[in-house]
Amino acid sequence: MKYNGKTYKVNEINDAIKAAGGTATLTEVLGERFIACGLKEGVVTIEGTPGNALGAYLDGAKIIVHGNGQDAVGDTMNEGKIVIHGSVGDTLGYAMRGGKIFVRDNVCYRAGVHIKEYGDKVPVIVIGGTAGCFLGEYMAGGVVIVLNKDNAKDPIADYTGVGMYGGKIVVRAESLDTVLPEQIKCRRMENGELSAFTPYIKEYCSEFGRADPKLWTGTVYLLQPDSNNPYKRLYTNN
Amino acid sequence: MIDYNVAPFEVVRDYDKCVNCRVCERQCSNEVHHYEEGFGKMISDSAKCVDCQRCVCLCPTKALKIVPNQNAFRPNANWQQKYLTEIYKQAESGGVLLSSMGNPEPFPVYFDKILINASQVTNPSIDPLREPMETRVFLGAKPQTIERDASGKIVTKLPPRLKLSMPVMFSAMSYGSISYNAHAALARAAEKLGIYYNTGEGGLHKDFYKYSANTIVQVASGRFGVHKDYLEDGAAIEIKIGQGAKPGIGGHLPGAKIVGDVSKTRMIPEGSDAVSPAPHHDIYSIEDLRQLVYSIKEATEYKKPVIVKIAAVHNVAAIASGIARSGADIIAIDGFRGGTGAAPTRIRDNVGIPIELALGSVDQRLREENIRDNVSLVVAGSIRSSADVVKAICLGADAVYIGSASLVAMGCHLCRTCNYGKCNWGIATQRPDLVKRLNPDIAAERLINMLTAWNHEIQEMMGGMGINSIEALRGNRLMLRGVGLNERELAVLGIKHAGEV
Repeated sequence: MKYNGKTYKVNEINDAIKAAGGTATLTEVLGERFIACGLKEGVVTIEGTPGNALGAYLDGAKIIVHGNGQDAVGDTMNEGKIVIHGSVGDTLGYAMRGGKIFVRDNVCYRAGVHIKEYGDKVPVIVIGGTAGCFLGEYMAGGVVIVLNKDNAKDPIADYTGVGMYGGKIVVRAESLDTVLPEQIKCRRMENGELSAFTPYIKEYCSEFGRADPKLWTGTVYLLQPDSNNPYKRLYTNN
Repeated sequence: MIDYNVAPFEVVRDYDKCVNCRVCERQCSNEVHHYEEGFGKMISDSAKCVDCQRCVCLCPTKALKIVPNQNAFRPNANWQQKYLTEIYKQAESGGVLLSSMGNPEPFPVYFDKILINASQVTNPSIDPLREPMETRVFLGAKPQTIERDASGKIVTKLPPRLKLSMPVMFSAMSYGSISYNAHAALARAAEKLGIYYNTGEGGLHKDFYKYSANTIVQVASGRFGVHKDYLEDGAAIEIKIGQGAKPGIGGHLPGAKIVGDVSKTRMIPEGSDAVSPAPHHDIYSIEDLRQLVYSIKEATEYKKPVIVKIAAVHNVAAIASGIARSGADIIAIDGFRGGTGAAPTRIRDNVGIPIELALGSVDQRLREENIRDNVSLVVAGSIRSSADVVKAICLGADAVYIGSASLVAMGCHLCRTCNYGKCNWGIATQRPDLVKRLNPDIAAERLINMLTAWNHEIQEMMGGMGINSIEALRGNRLMLRGVGLNERELAVLGIKHAGEV
């Protein structure tokens, strides 16, 4: 299905996507919000710039954006895959609990806030470029990878992992000068450890047509919280 | 180390009646009672007692009573014993004081200063036992204009609504803060009564999906257990912004309570804390709220009403005015006496405002702005009786939420130690041996009994006023009078003083 979303209300777009079984190409998209909310199956290809809450509660479908995403891409996503050929705004993957998000370039504030995992349901966010402040805030599980493909000096920013109590943040960087919160343990990864994350890098490369072995070279840091019970000692029963 | 604290309660045992059956010992998860072989009798350690009354109720010879400890610190109207005790606890532990259930402090209870009208001579009262009396309520936006299609026919498609047999629903209490059996009882009772219960922020156990027609699912800042099927399964979806017992702060369910099915339902590993941040980090404005409301509506194809729940705070009327324009169908407001499984004592006892005043000002504000019918209003914290329900409706509510009252119906004695996780009544605990003490069939029956009785009482009060439809009672402030209230209080409530015509 081809669809020019420009003159339609967003729920009409979503109705049309569902009527087509979930597979659709939207062209000239310009800020329409909530596209593919809760979609269970199919592949939605978007040309242009979708608005906020793209693929919120996504439940199995794949979304490909040839352009930039806005805020709240993949909010509370459960299953499926979102691929952004560009950059995105704030709160990417808020409270995500499954599926994968690949962003070719950069993400703004609060990516991966409060993502969580359970058993083999592990959400993954791969960021090709750099990330803004509060990356992985309140993170309770899952994996966030910052590839830093253009070798920026500071690929992550202040308050990364603040309030984090589960999951892993992996950052490729020459050195990590960012000031990290006290409860975050940060260390250089050994070569042998990297293999656990290699499949995600390969997937990133294949989604964006890169065959760049350099992406996974150099120093890679692993950020993890020091406890999954951060507030155990905070309270006293009254 | 010296323990500076003294036991708040004293266990009094009548040894003439005690037969050493040891029921009290087996029933007490706080390990207050034990049999002392050497003495040949039961001994109690009052320091561990929380006054939950479990042993008192189950003692076959009624040999036990729990009384306030008469041991007294030197009386001081300013430095009450409570403040000293709390300082001792903090001096010892360095911890933030944690309490449970609603604010117990002696602030005014406005419901107790409001009286209801009745007919005499000039308009006849109605006997609800003989005549029809309508307590059914629909919650949701009410269309304000008539739309016609191309052929001139009236478009009868209404926004999604909830249908309640009576204007009462069970408040949000998460699976985790209360037990599986407590949730089962609430779900069964809601189904039988034709009302709704609310999952709270803990996801929905797969066993309870069958009650979906009577389930409100909650989306809170941690988004625990939220996914497409969960949203689909609710009859309505509630976005939790705040809670009356702890406005402005989030929630921390300790890892010790994240066990077994609770872990699975919330989708976080066993033993890990579950942290709900204070704000939703994607909501910093009414516009952002509107976005979340509509993302939920898009995901559920506009088939379900969306509720936005807030705590009653100082500028609640302005906030409610914003929410009424956000696309939400229902606003739930939780007063400062609302219950909780755990909240910092200082927040619970000092933050927020009474629900009666919040309701009075919100209803009046929405009417002034001509947006009252954009939304329904549901109020909570705390509704203790059918009279409170009637007064709330007269002050402008469409319906009420009851949390504490429903727990009390199931056996809770408001000992206010839910945060210990050792509830002897099997309600606020995840310990399997304690959970099984609560029989969900009996608990459901008790809930049904209570609300059936309340409904009769509501009908009696309505009949007394000569009103036969609860819709005619909503916002009907002429049916209320205040006693002992000053002019500001009366103005905020929008009612006259008793004796005024």
